[in-house]
Amino acid sequence: MTENGDTTPLVVLADVNKHFGNLHVLRDINLTISRGEVLVVIGPSGGGKSTLCRAINRLETIDGGTITFNGQPLAAEGKTLAKLRSEVGMVFQSFNLFAHKTILENVTLGPIKVRGIAKAEAERRGMELLDRVGIGAQASKYPAQLSGGQQQRVAIARALAMDPKMILFDEPTSALDPEMVQEVLDVMIGLAQEGMTMMVVTHEMGFARRAANRVVFMAEGQIVEENTPEEFFTNARTDRAKDFLSKILTH
Amino acid sequence: MQALFDEFPVILGAFWLTIRLTLASGLLALVLGTILAGMRVSPLPVLRGIGTAYVNIVRNTPLTLVIVFCGLGLGLVLDVSFSTSLSTNYLWLSIIGLSAYTAAFVCEAIRAGINTVPLGQAEAARAIGLTFFQNLRLIVLPQALRAVIAPLGSVLIALIKNTTIAAAIGVGEASLTMKTLFESHGDAVVPIFFGFALGFLILTLPTGLLFTWLSKRLAVVR
Repeated sequence: MTENGDTTPLVVLADVNKHFGNLHVLRDINLTISRGEVLVVIGPSGGGKSTLCRAINRLETIDGGTITFNGQPLAAEGKTLAKLRSEVGMVFQSFNLFAHKTILENVTLGPIKVRGIAKAEAERRGMELLDRVGIGAQASKYPAQLSGGQQQRVAIARALAMDPKMILFDEPTSALDPEMVQEVLDVMIGLAQEGMTMMVVTHEMGFARRAANRVVFMAEGQIVEENTPEEFFTNARTDRAKDFLSKILTH
Repeated sequence: MQALFDEFPVILGAFWLTIRLTLASGLLALVLGTILAGMRVSPLPVLRGIGTAYVNIVRNTPLTLVIVFCGLGLGLVLDVSFSTSLSTNYLWLSIIGLSAYTAAFVCEAIRAGINTVPLGQAEAARAIGLTFFQNLRLIVLPQALRAVIAPLGSVLIALIKNTTIAAAIGVGEASLTMKTLFESHGDAVVPIFFGFALGFLILTLPTGLLFTWLSKRLAVVR
Protein backbone atom coordinates (compact mmCIF):
# COMPACT_ATOMS: atom_id res chain seq x y z
CA MET A 1 0.00 0.00 0.00
CA THR A 2 2.82 2.44 -0.74
CA GLU A 3 0.43 5.11 -1.95
CA ASN A 4 0.92 5.76 -5.66
CA GLY A 5 4.51 4.67 -5.29
CA ASP A 6 5.19 7.68 -3.02
CA THR A 7 8.67 7.08 -1.65
CA THR A 8 8.91 10.09 0.69
CA PRO A 9 9.03 8.97 4.32
CA LEU A 10 5.72 9.10 6.24
CA VAL A 11 7.14 10.05 9.62
CA VAL A 12 10.45 11.78 10.34
CA LEU A 13 11.64 12.42 13.89
CA ALA A 14 14.72 14.63 14.12
CA ASP A 15 16.63 15.25 17.37
CA VAL A 16 13.49 14.73 19.45
CA ASN A 17 13.88 15.33 23.19
CA LYS A 18 11.40 15.12 26.01
CA HIS A 19 11.57 15.44 29.79
CA PHE A 20 9.11 14.47 32.49
CA GLY A 21 10.40 16.77 35.23
CA ASN A 22 13.99 15.68 35.78
CA LEU A 23 13.52 12.48 33.85
CA HIS A 24 14.96 12.65 30.33
CA VAL A 25 12.56 10.21 28.60
CA LEU A 26 13.46 10.84 24.97
CA ARG A 27 17.09 11.62 24.12
CA ASP A 28 18.00 12.88 20.63
CA ILE A 29 15.67 10.51 18.83
CA ASN A 30 16.20 10.32 15.07
CA LEU A 31 13.86 7.96 13.31
CA THR A 32 12.26 7.65 9.91
CA ILE A 33 9.23 5.51 9.13
CA SER A 34 8.60 4.67 5.49
CA ARG A 35 5.21 4.16 3.90
CA GLY A 36 4.06 0.56 4.24
CA GLU A 37 6.68 -0.23 6.84
CA VAL A 38 6.00 -2.24 10.00
CA LEU A 39 8.27 -0.92 12.71
CA VAL A 40 8.41 -2.73 16.04
CA VAL A 41 9.74 -0.90 19.07
CA ILE A 42 10.95 -3.07 21.92
CA GLY A 43 12.90 -2.49 25.09
CA PRO A 44 12.71 -2.44 28.85
CA SER A 45 9.85 -0.70 30.69
CA GLY A 46 10.42 3.00 31.29
CA GLY A 47 12.71 3.18 28.28
CA GLY A 48 10.56 5.73 26.45
CA LYS A 49 8.84 3.42 23.95
CA SER A 50 5.28 4.50 24.74
CA THR A 51 6.25 8.16 24.96
CA LEU A 52 7.83 7.91 21.51
CA CYS A 53 4.69 6.29 20.12
CA ARG A 54 2.40 8.90 21.73
CA ALA A 55 4.58 11.79 20.56
CA ILE A 56 3.86 10.97 16.92
CA ASN A 57 0.21 12.04 17.19
CA ARG A 58 1.09 14.59 19.86
CA LEU A 59 -0.66 12.94 22.78
CA GLU A 60 2.70 13.81 24.34
CA THR A 61 4.30 17.13 23.46
CA ILE A 62 8.04 17.26 22.91
CA ASP A 63 10.59 19.72 24.33
CA GLY A 64 13.00 19.77 21.42
CA GLY A 65 13.49 18.59 17.86
CA THR A 66 10.88 18.14 15.15
CA ILE A 67 8.35 15.53 14.12
CA THR A 68 7.10 15.59 10.54
CA PHE A 69 4.12 13.57 9.36
CA ASN A 70 3.49 13.17 5.64
CA GLY A 71 5.73 16.14 4.95
CA GLN A 72 4.00 18.44 7.45
CA PRO A 73 5.47 19.38 10.85
CA LEU A 74 3.10 18.53 13.74
CA ALA A 75 0.88 21.53 14.51
CA ALA A 76 0.02 22.82 17.96
CA GLU A 77 -3.44 22.01 19.42
CA GLY A 78 -6.25 23.01 17.09
CA LYS A 79 -8.00 22.06 13.88
CA THR A 80 -4.80 21.22 11.97
CA LEU A 81 -3.65 18.84 14.70
CA ALA A 82 -7.11 17.25 14.89
CA LYS A 83 -6.94 16.62 11.15
CA LEU A 84 -3.50 15.03 11.47
CA ARG A 85 -4.70 12.80 14.30
CA SER A 86 -7.61 11.65 12.18
CA GLU A 87 -5.03 10.30 9.71
CA VAL A 88 -3.03 8.45 12.37
CA GLY A 89 -4.86 5.59 14.03
CA MET A 90 -4.03 4.76 17.61
CA VAL A 91 -4.56 1.56 19.55
CA PHE A 92 -4.01 1.80 23.30
CA GLN A 93 -2.90 -0.71 25.88
CA SER A 94 -6.16 -0.23 27.81
CA PHE A 95 -8.38 -0.25 24.65
CA ASN A 96 -10.12 3.03 25.61
CA LEU A 97 -13.34 2.23 23.79
CA PHE A 98 -15.97 4.89 24.47
CA ALA A 99 -17.75 3.30 27.43
CA HIS A 100 -21.14 4.96 26.83
CA LYS A 101 -21.35 4.05 23.13
CA THR A 102 -22.16 0.75 21.48
CA ILE A 103 -19.48 -1.15 19.58
CA LEU A 104 -20.85 0.06 16.25
CA GLU A 105 -21.08 3.66 17.51
CA ASN A 106 -17.47 3.43 18.64
CA VAL A 107 -16.47 2.61 15.09
CA THR A 108 -18.75 5.12 13.31
CA LEU A 109 -18.26 8.15 15.59
CA GLY A 110 -15.04 9.32 13.93
CA PRO A 111 -16.20 8.88 10.32
CA ILE A 112 -19.49 10.71 11.08
CA LYS A 113 -18.20 13.54 13.28
CA VAL A 114 -14.70 14.07 11.88
CA ARG A 115 -15.06 13.04 8.24
CA GLY A 116 -18.70 14.08 7.82
CA ILE A 117 -19.70 10.75 6.28
CA ALA A 118 -23.45 9.98 6.23
CA LYS A 119 -24.60 7.75 9.10
CA ALA A 120 -25.89 4.94 6.89
CA GLU A 121 -22.66 4.79 4.91
CA ALA A 122 -20.54 4.94 8.09
CA GLU A 123 -22.56 2.08 9.58
CA ARG A 124 -22.24 -0.05 6.46
CA ARG A 125 -18.48 0.45 6.46
CA GLY A 126 -18.35 0.01 10.27
CA MET A 127 -20.10 -3.36 10.05
CA GLU A 128 -17.68 -4.41 7.31
CA LEU A 129 -14.73 -3.62 9.56
CA LEU A 130 -16.31 -5.29 12.60
CA ASP A 131 -16.93 -8.43 10.53
CA ARG A 132 -13.35 -8.30 9.39
CA VAL A 133 -12.04 -8.35 12.99
CA GLY A 134 -14.66 -10.95 13.90
CA ILE A 135 -16.89 -8.80 16.14
CA GLY A 136 -19.82 -8.21 13.75
CA ALA A 137 -22.23 -10.17 15.92
CA GLN A 138 -21.55 -7.94 18.94
CA ALA A 139 -22.16 -4.62 17.17
CA SER A 140 -25.02 -3.50 19.42
CA LYS A 141 -23.32 -4.40 22.72
CA TYR A 142 -21.41 -2.03 24.97
CA PRO A 143 -17.62 -2.28 25.48
CA ALA A 144 -17.90 -3.58 29.06
CA GLN A 145 -19.83 -6.61 27.74
CA LEU A 146 -16.87 -7.74 25.60
CA SER A 147 -13.69 -9.56 26.55
CA GLY A 148 -10.38 -7.70 26.44
CA GLY A 149 -9.34 -9.34 23.20
CA GLN A 150 -12.66 -8.45 21.58
CA GLN A 151 -12.42 -4.86 22.84
CA GLN A 152 -8.95 -4.50 21.41
CA ARG A 153 -10.11 -5.82 18.03
CA VAL A 154 -12.90 -3.23 18.10
CA ALA A 155 -10.27 -0.59 18.88
CA ILE A 156 -8.38 -1.67 15.77
CA ALA A 157 -11.59 -1.47 13.71
CA ARG A 158 -12.20 2.01 15.16
CA ALA A 159 -8.75 3.08 13.99
CA LEU A 160 -9.27 1.51 10.54
CA ALA A 161 -12.62 3.27 10.11
CA MET A 162 -10.76 6.55 9.67
CA ASP A 163 -8.76 5.13 6.73
CA PRO A 164 -5.55 6.16 8.47
CA LYS A 165 -2.21 6.58 6.73
CA MET A 166 -0.66 4.72 9.65
CA ILE A 167 -1.61 3.07 12.93
CA LEU A 168 0.27 3.41 16.21
CA PHE A 169 0.00 0.44 18.57
CA ASP A 170 0.98 1.23 22.16
CA GLU A 171 1.47 -2.17 23.83
CA PRO A 172 -1.78 -3.52 22.36
CA THR A 173 -1.59 -6.93 24.02
CA SER A 174 -0.04 -6.07 27.39
CA ALA A 175 -3.35 -5.77 29.23
CA LEU A 176 -4.82 -8.97 27.77
CA ASP A 177 -5.27 -12.40 29.27
CA PRO A 178 -2.73 -14.73 27.63
CA GLU A 179 -5.31 -16.68 25.66
CA MET A 180 -6.59 -13.49 24.04
CA VAL A 181 -3.26 -12.22 22.80
CA GLN A 182 -3.22 -14.30 19.64
CA GLU A 183 -6.60 -13.13 18.30
CA VAL A 184 -5.36 -9.54 18.44
CA LEU A 185 -1.97 -10.36 16.94
CA ASP A 186 -3.68 -12.22 14.10
CA VAL A 187 -5.59 -9.07 13.15
CA MET A 188 -2.37 -7.05 13.33
CA ILE A 189 -0.46 -9.54 11.19
CA GLY A 190 -3.26 -9.34 8.63
CA LEU A 191 -2.92 -5.55 8.51
CA ALA A 192 0.86 -5.80 8.18
CA GLN A 193 0.49 -8.18 5.25
CA GLU A 194 -1.88 -5.76 3.54
CA GLY A 195 0.78 -3.08 3.70
CA MET A 196 -0.55 -0.84 6.47
CA THR A 197 2.15 1.42 7.90
CA MET A 198 2.44 0.42 11.55
CA MET A 199 4.50 1.36 14.56
CA VAL A 200 4.09 -1.26 17.24
CA VAL A 201 5.38 -0.96 20.79
CA THR A 202 5.24 -4.51 22.09
CA HIS A 203 6.81 -7.27 24.13
CA GLU A 204 5.56 -9.90 21.67
CA MET A 205 8.79 -11.13 20.14
CA GLY A 206 6.94 -13.64 17.98
CA PHE A 207 5.01 -10.81 16.34
CA ALA A 208 8.22 -8.83 15.84
CA ARG A 209 9.88 -11.78 14.11
CA ARG A 210 6.90 -12.53 11.96
CA ALA A 211 5.55 -9.16 10.91
CA ALA A 212 8.21 -6.49 11.42
CA ASN A 213 10.32 -4.99 8.64
CA ARG A 214 12.54 -3.35 11.20
CA VAL A 215 13.11 -3.53 14.94
CA VAL A 216 14.05 -0.53 17.05
CA PHE A 217 15.46 -1.26 20.49
CA MET A 218 15.02 1.55 23.03
CA ALA A 219 16.46 1.88 26.51
CA GLU A 220 16.93 4.86 28.83
CA GLY A 221 15.25 7.16 26.34
CA GLN A 222 17.62 6.39 23.49
CA ILE A 223 17.44 4.31 20.36
CA VAL A 224 20.18 1.80 21.11
CA GLU A 225 19.86 -0.36 18.04
CA GLU A 226 17.96 -0.48 14.74
CA ASN A 227 18.06 -3.78 12.92
CA THR A 228 16.15 -6.30 10.87
CA PRO A 229 14.16 -8.70 13.07
CA GLU A 230 16.22 -11.66 11.95
CA GLU A 231 19.56 -10.00 12.72
CA PHE A 232 18.30 -8.48 15.95
CA PHE A 233 17.07 -11.68 17.52
CA THR A 234 19.90 -13.92 16.40
CA ASN A 235 22.83 -11.55 16.33
CA ALA A 236 22.17 -8.25 18.11
CA ARG A 237 24.95 -5.70 17.65
CA THR A 238 24.81 -3.92 21.02
CA ASP A 239 25.49 -5.36 24.47
CA ARG A 240 22.46 -3.60 25.91
CA ALA A 241 20.19 -5.37 23.42
CA LYS A 242 21.93 -8.71 23.97
CA ASP A 243 21.47 -8.31 27.72
CA PHE A 244 17.76 -7.51 27.26
CA LEU A 245 17.21 -10.44 24.91
CA SER A 246 19.03 -12.87 27.18
CA LYS A 247 16.63 -11.97 29.97
CA ILE A 248 13.43 -12.41 27.99
CA LEU A 249 14.32 -15.27 25.67
CA THR A 250 15.67 -17.75 28.21
CA HIS A 251 12.28 -19.25 29.07
CA MET B 1 -57.07 22.09 60.16
CA GLN B 2 -60.08 23.76 58.54
CA ALA B 3 -57.87 26.67 57.54
CA LEU B 4 -55.69 24.29 55.48
CA PHE B 5 -58.70 23.03 53.52
CA ASP B 6 -60.16 26.51 53.07
CA GLU B 7 -56.91 27.86 51.73
CA PHE B 8 -56.03 24.76 49.70
CA PRO B 9 -56.25 26.50 46.28
CA VAL B 10 -54.00 29.30 47.56
CA ILE B 11 -51.48 26.79 48.93
CA LEU B 12 -51.56 24.79 45.71
CA GLY B 13 -50.98 27.97 43.69
CA ALA B 14 -48.03 28.88 45.92
CA PHE B 15 -46.41 25.47 45.43
CA TRP B 16 -47.05 25.67 41.72
CA LEU B 17 -44.98 28.84 41.72
CA THR B 18 -42.29 27.01 43.74
CA ILE B 19 -42.26 24.28 41.10
CA ARG B 20 -42.03 26.78 38.24
CA LEU B 21 -39.19 28.61 40.02
CA THR B 22 -37.38 25.30 40.51
CA LEU B 23 -37.82 24.07 36.95
CA ALA B 24 -36.81 27.34 35.30
CA SER B 25 -33.85 27.94 37.62
CA GLY B 26 -32.78 24.29 37.50
CA LEU B 27 -32.74 24.22 33.72
CA LEU B 28 -30.80 27.48 33.44
CA ALA B 29 -28.40 26.36 36.19
CA LEU B 30 -27.76 23.09 34.36
CA VAL B 31 -26.90 24.92 31.15
CA LEU B 32 -24.78 27.59 32.84
CA GLY B 33 -23.14 25.06 35.18
CA THR B 34 -22.19 22.81 32.25
CA ILE B 35 -20.67 25.76 30.39
CA LEU B 36 -18.75 26.75 33.55
CA ALA B 37 -17.48 23.19 34.01
CA GLY B 38 -16.33 23.19 30.38
CA MET B 39 -14.51 26.46 31.04
CA ARG B 40 -12.85 25.04 34.15
CA VAL B 41 -11.32 22.14 32.21
CA SER B 42 -10.53 24.11 29.05
CA PRO B 43 -6.94 24.38 27.81
CA LEU B 44 -7.23 28.19 27.82
CA PRO B 45 -6.01 29.72 31.12
CA VAL B 46 -8.31 32.76 30.70
CA LEU B 47 -11.44 30.60 30.54
CA ARG B 48 -10.25 28.47 33.46
CA GLY B 49 -9.65 31.65 35.47
CA ILE B 50 -13.11 33.05 34.75
CA GLY B 51 -14.75 29.73 35.64
CA THR B 52 -12.83 29.42 38.91
CA ALA B 53 -13.49 33.03 39.90
CA TYR B 54 -17.21 32.68 39.18
CA VAL B 55 -17.59 29.52 41.23
CA ASN B 56 -15.61 30.84 44.18
CA ILE B 57 -17.38 34.19 44.32
CA VAL B 58 -20.93 32.98 43.78
CA ARG B 59 -20.68 29.82 45.87
CA ASN B 60 -19.39 31.79 48.85
CA THR B 61 -22.02 34.52 48.74
CA PRO B 62 -25.19 33.96 50.81
CA LEU B 63 -28.12 33.26 48.50
CA THR B 64 -30.19 35.98 50.17
CA LEU B 65 -27.59 38.53 49.07
CA VAL B 66 -27.58 37.13 45.54
CA ILE B 67 -31.39 37.34 45.34
CA VAL B 68 -31.53 40.82 46.86
CA PHE B 69 -28.81 41.93 44.43
CA CYS B 70 -30.89 40.62 41.55
CA GLY B 71 -34.08 42.26 42.83
CA LEU B 72 -32.66 45.62 43.89
CA GLY B 73 -29.40 45.81 41.93
CA LEU B 74 -30.57 44.47 38.59
CA GLY B 75 -34.24 45.32 38.97
CA LEU B 76 -34.30 48.77 40.55
CA VAL B 77 -30.85 50.27 39.96
CA LEU B 78 -29.96 48.84 36.54
CA ASP B 79 -33.62 48.76 35.51
CA VAL B 80 -33.44 45.26 34.01
CA SER B 81 -37.00 44.48 32.97
CA PHE B 82 -38.54 41.27 31.67
CA SER B 83 -42.18 42.25 31.90
CA THR B 84 -44.42 45.22 32.56
CA SER B 85 -46.05 43.19 35.31
CA LEU B 86 -44.13 43.85 38.51
CA SER B 87 -44.67 40.35 39.92
CA THR B 88 -43.58 38.63 36.68
CA ASN B 89 -40.51 40.85 36.58
CA TYR B 90 -39.45 39.92 40.12
CA LEU B 91 -40.18 36.29 39.37
CA TRP B 92 -37.64 36.39 36.52
CA LEU B 93 -35.13 38.35 38.57
CA SER B 94 -35.32 35.71 41.29
CA ILE B 95 -34.91 32.97 38.66
CA ILE B 96 -31.72 34.71 37.50
CA GLY B 97 -30.42 34.83 41.06
CA LEU B 98 -31.33 31.21 41.82
CA SER B 99 -29.85 29.87 38.61
CA ALA B 100 -26.66 31.96 38.88
CA TYR B 101 -26.17 30.63 42.42
CA THR B 102 -27.09 27.01 41.69
CA ALA B 103 -24.90 26.97 38.56
CA ALA B 104 -21.80 27.21 40.78
CA PHE B 105 -22.81 23.98 42.54
CA VAL B 106 -23.81 22.27 39.27
CA CYS B 107 -20.40 23.22 37.84
CA GLU B 108 -18.55 21.66 40.76
CA ALA B 109 -20.64 18.47 40.60
CA ILE B 110 -19.99 18.12 36.86
CA ARG B 111 -16.30 18.86 37.31
CA ALA B 112 -16.15 16.05 39.84
CA GLY B 113 -17.89 13.89 37.24
CA ILE B 114 -15.33 14.82 34.59
CA ASN B 115 -12.64 13.57 36.97
CA THR B 116 -14.33 10.14 37.06
CA VAL B 117 -13.98 9.76 33.27
CA PRO B 118 -10.70 7.90 32.62
CA LEU B 119 -8.10 9.98 30.79
CA GLY B 120 -7.95 7.28 28.10
CA GLN B 121 -11.48 8.20 26.96
CA ALA B 122 -10.44 11.75 26.09
CA GLU B 123 -7.16 10.51 24.58
CA ALA B 124 -8.97 8.05 22.33
CA ALA B 125 -11.31 10.85 21.26
CA ARG B 126 -8.39 13.12 20.46
CA ALA B 127 -6.67 10.28 18.62
CA ILE B 128 -9.55 9.91 16.14
CA GLY B 129 -9.40 13.65 15.45
CA LEU B 130 -12.22 15.08 17.57
CA THR B 131 -11.72 18.74 18.50
CA PHE B 132 -11.77 19.89 22.14
CA PHE B 133 -15.47 20.83 21.98
CA GLN B 134 -16.51 17.63 20.18
CA ASN B 135 -14.55 15.66 22.76
CA LEU B 136 -16.30 17.47 25.61
CA ARG B 137 -19.76 17.26 24.03
CA LEU B 138 -19.67 13.70 22.67
CA ILE B 139 -17.34 11.77 24.98
CA VAL B 140 -16.47 13.46 28.26
CA LEU B 141 -19.64 15.32 29.33
CA PRO B 142 -22.13 12.52 28.57
CA GLN B 143 -20.11 10.18 30.80
CA ALA B 144 -19.45 12.86 33.43
CA LEU B 145 -23.14 13.81 33.68
CA ARG B 146 -24.19 10.20 34.07
CA ALA B 147 -21.67 9.80 36.88
CA VAL B 148 -23.06 12.74 38.87
CA ILE B 149 -26.83 12.26 38.56
CA ALA B 150 -27.14 11.52 42.29
CA PRO B 151 -25.15 14.62 43.39
CA LEU B 152 -27.14 16.70 40.88
CA GLY B 153 -30.28 15.37 42.60
CA SER B 154 -28.96 16.81 45.87
CA VAL B 155 -28.33 20.12 44.13
CA LEU B 156 -31.92 20.07 42.82
CA ILE B 157 -33.32 19.31 46.30
CA ALA B 158 -31.28 22.21 47.69
CA LEU B 159 -32.68 24.38 44.88
CA ILE B 160 -36.29 23.42 45.72
CA LYS B 161 -35.73 24.59 49.27
CA ASN B 162 -33.69 27.61 48.19
CA THR B 163 -36.61 28.94 46.14
CA THR B 164 -38.03 30.13 49.49
CA ILE B 165 -35.36 32.86 49.46
CA ALA B 166 -37.20 34.44 46.50
CA ALA B 167 -39.64 35.62 49.18
CA ALA B 168 -36.96 38.19 50.07
CA ILE B 169 -37.91 40.17 46.97
CA GLY B 170 -41.62 39.49 47.29
CA VAL B 171 -42.08 36.48 45.02
CA GLY B 172 -45.21 34.78 46.37
CA GLU B 173 -43.90 31.19 46.46
CA ALA B 174 -44.76 28.71 49.22
CA SER B 175 -42.88 30.23 52.16
CA LEU B 176 -44.14 33.78 51.57
CA THR B 177 -47.69 32.47 51.18
CA MET B 178 -47.24 30.59 54.46
CA LYS B 179 -46.34 33.83 56.26
CA THR B 180 -49.36 35.55 54.74
CA LEU B 181 -51.64 32.72 55.88
CA PHE B 182 -50.16 32.88 59.42
CA GLU B 183 -51.41 36.46 59.57
CA SER B 184 -54.91 35.71 58.33
CA HIS B 185 -55.29 32.47 60.33
CA GLY B 186 -53.61 33.25 63.64
CA ASP B 187 -55.43 30.33 65.30
CA ALA B 188 -54.05 27.73 62.84
CA VAL B 189 -50.32 28.48 62.73
CA VAL B 190 -49.23 24.93 63.57
CA PRO B 191 -51.44 23.09 61.01
CA ILE B 192 -50.50 25.59 58.32
CA PHE B 193 -46.81 25.18 59.15
CA PHE B 194 -47.01 21.39 58.94
CA GLY B 195 -49.08 21.61 55.78
CA PHE B 196 -46.35 23.59 54.07
CA ALA B 197 -43.58 21.41 55.49
CA LEU B 198 -45.44 18.38 54.09
CA GLY B 199 -45.75 20.15 50.74
CA PHE B 200 -41.97 20.53 50.55
CA LEU B 201 -41.47 16.89 51.50
CA ILE B 202 -43.84 15.87 48.70
CA LEU B 203 -41.55 17.73 46.29
CA THR B 204 -38.16 16.75 47.69
CA LEU B 205 -38.53 13.09 48.69
CA PRO B 206 -39.62 11.78 45.25
CA THR B 207 -36.91 13.95 43.65
CA GLY B 208 -34.29 12.18 45.73
CA LEU B 209 -35.73 8.75 44.92
CA LEU B 210 -36.03 9.55 41.22
CA PHE B 211 -32.42 10.73 40.95
CA THR B 212 -31.09 7.72 42.86
CA TRP B 213 -33.02 5.44 40.50
CA LEU B 214 -31.81 7.38 37.44
CA SER B 215 -28.19 7.30 38.62
CA LYS B 216 -28.30 3.51 38.84
CA ARG B 217 -30.11 3.09 35.57
CA LEU B 218 -27.89 5.43 33.56
CA ALA B 219 -24.53 4.55 35.14
CA VAL B 220 -21.80 3.91 32.57
CA VAL B 221 -20.54 0.34 32.95
CA ARG B 222 -16.75 0.09 32.67
